[in-house]
Amino acid sequence: MEPKKLQGIANEIRGRIISNSHKTKMPHLGSCLSCVDILVAIYFYSLKIDPANPRDPDRDRFILSKGHGAPALFQVLAMKGFYPESMLDSYGEDGGVFAEHPPTPDQLDGIEAATGSLGHGLPIGLGMALSARIQEQSYNVVALLSDGECNEGSIWEAAMMAAAKKVDNLMVIIDFNKWQATGRSEEILALTPLVDKWRAFGWDACEIEGHDMGQLIDVLTKEKNSEGKPIAVIAHTVKGKGVSFMEDDNNWHYRIPSEEELASARKELGLFK
Amino acid sequence: MRNAFADEVTKLSMDDSRIVILSGDIGNKLFDKFKEQSGKSFFNCGVAEANMMGVAAGMALSGLRPIIYTITPFTTTRCYEQIRIDACYHNVPVIIVGTGSGFTYAELGPTHHSCEDLAIMRVLPNMTVLAPADEVELRQCLRAALKQKSPVYIRIGKKGEAVTAKKNDHFEIGESITVREGSDICLISTGILLPIVMKAAENLSSQGVSVRVESFHTVKPLDEKTINDVFSRYPVVAVAEEHSRVGGLGSNISEWLARQAPMKGRLITFGVDDEFMHEVGSQNYARKKYGLTEENISRQIFTAYKDASI
Repeated sequence: MEPKKLQGIANEIRGRIISNSHKTKMPHLGSCLSCVDILVAIYFYSLKIDPANPRDPDRDRFILSKGHGAPALFQVLAMKGFYPESMLDSYGEDGGVFAEHPPTPDQLDGIEAATGSLGHGLPIGLGMALSARIQEQSYNVVALLSDGECNEGSIWEAAMMAAAKKVDNLMVIIDFNKWQATGRSEEILALTPLVDKWRAFGWDACEIEGHDMGQLIDVLTKEKNSEGKPIAVIAHTVKGKGVSFMEDDNNWHYRIPSEEELASARKELGLFK
Repeated sequence: MRNAFADEVTKLSMDDSRIVILSGDIGNKLFDKFKEQSGKSFFNCGVAEANMMGVAAGMALSGLRPIIYTITPFTTTRCYEQIRIDACYHNVPVIIVGTGSGFTYAELGPTHHSCEDLAIMRVLPNMTVLAPADEVELRQCLRAALKQKSPVYIRIGKKGEAVTAKKNDHFEIGESITVREGSDICLISTGILLPIVMKAAENLSSQGVSVRVESFHTVKPLDEKTINDVFSRYPVVAVAEEHSRVGGLGSNISEWLARQAPMKGRLITFGVDDEFMHEVGSQNYARKKYGLTEENISRQIFTAYKDASI
């Protein structure tokens, strides 16, 4: 699929996420908008997975380690065809499955791990990647982390183990939007230089523009390195990307858009009801 | 016990290629035979237990049967959230083995004591909690755990634990083993305290009290059938465990008892006080300090039995 087409899908999904947040009062809008392009590139370009056979043992695995991006993931999975888009009409309703974080895999097709508490997705993904080696399968595992999530020690425990065991079918993407829940990530715990940290931990690390579909496609289809290193992609992103009044404004970590804000956001995205 | 564990896992993995061992940088040479046989299924995960638990869950989600092995506090309290979310919430068959439970590592101080593990493990949804008395029960626990489709915690000792003679032909998770028949009172033991409990039963027997002894290798699910039977039948039922009296088997049984209409049996519990043991000492010292000796157990039960007989 062409980058331009992927961009169109991402745009449509941004609109749906914002509408849903307005309707269901789901927070984490800024965090969702910063990772939409990454999710679209993964699901509509690189991930080898068949929505008609979501538990195929040989499928690639994607784990949303930053579980609070679930409102974005749910829209992507629906558009990809894991479940009917109409299922999302019940979003946030009592007794339903769509909430602020991904449910367990047995509750919803397309979900590989129930995340939401940060620092869990990468170790689980590492276990899946090692399983491919033990069971002589060839699938790849991708885990999407937030920069704030890199506060968790378990991320660095997993990073060291993946490097030691030369787990080359594992990729980490960091949605580096420079914010966490209550402030600038760099001011809360010293994160940078992030790419150097991952390199120092033995990973094949690179930096990209996380909203550039061309760069995302290139990195997602990158050849495995010859040294057996896992791959870390530091994707520079903007929190709230796509809507001028949400971009880089951390209030949108928790804020819910009003009817006027929703209309204005959709207009900016070129989407009309 | 730990040698029996390594031996049994090695045997089981001959017929089950799904078995993976994850060690938290302990068990030097313990797993040499397993590694020789199934090298690609052994991982020393280093001193990084949170990651180890997540890795195990990821493997279980991929169809494998990971067994995690390290010293009890580090495979329980250290990575509790990973146990709760990655193993229990996902409800995947991860087997967590804690070696050196209770005061097995008494000399190493409270960082290595483990008198809270039964409490925090049994409160977790989907978790099965096992505490075998000796290596025979341990081997049976392991085999049964591998048949489960959900997480299992197995609490074991260290090495050289005495094997107690008992009927071992039938083993089911959640069914206690009658080690000794008796008509006056019942003594329930869980885990490695069984030899002491047996000696207490002998003491009582020499004083004319006939004691039934049950080995509760399963703390959760609770063997309600046996509990119901003994509380209906005996005036005194005592529970002994090398664990805090808060939250362990005695606590589990008292919760059950509180939900029933008044029963014949009175419950007496033997366990560790709600405190850290600051003094230096051996396992025997610690047991003595908290009354987990055959003398104390038999004396207190004798008094209770006499009171009940008046």
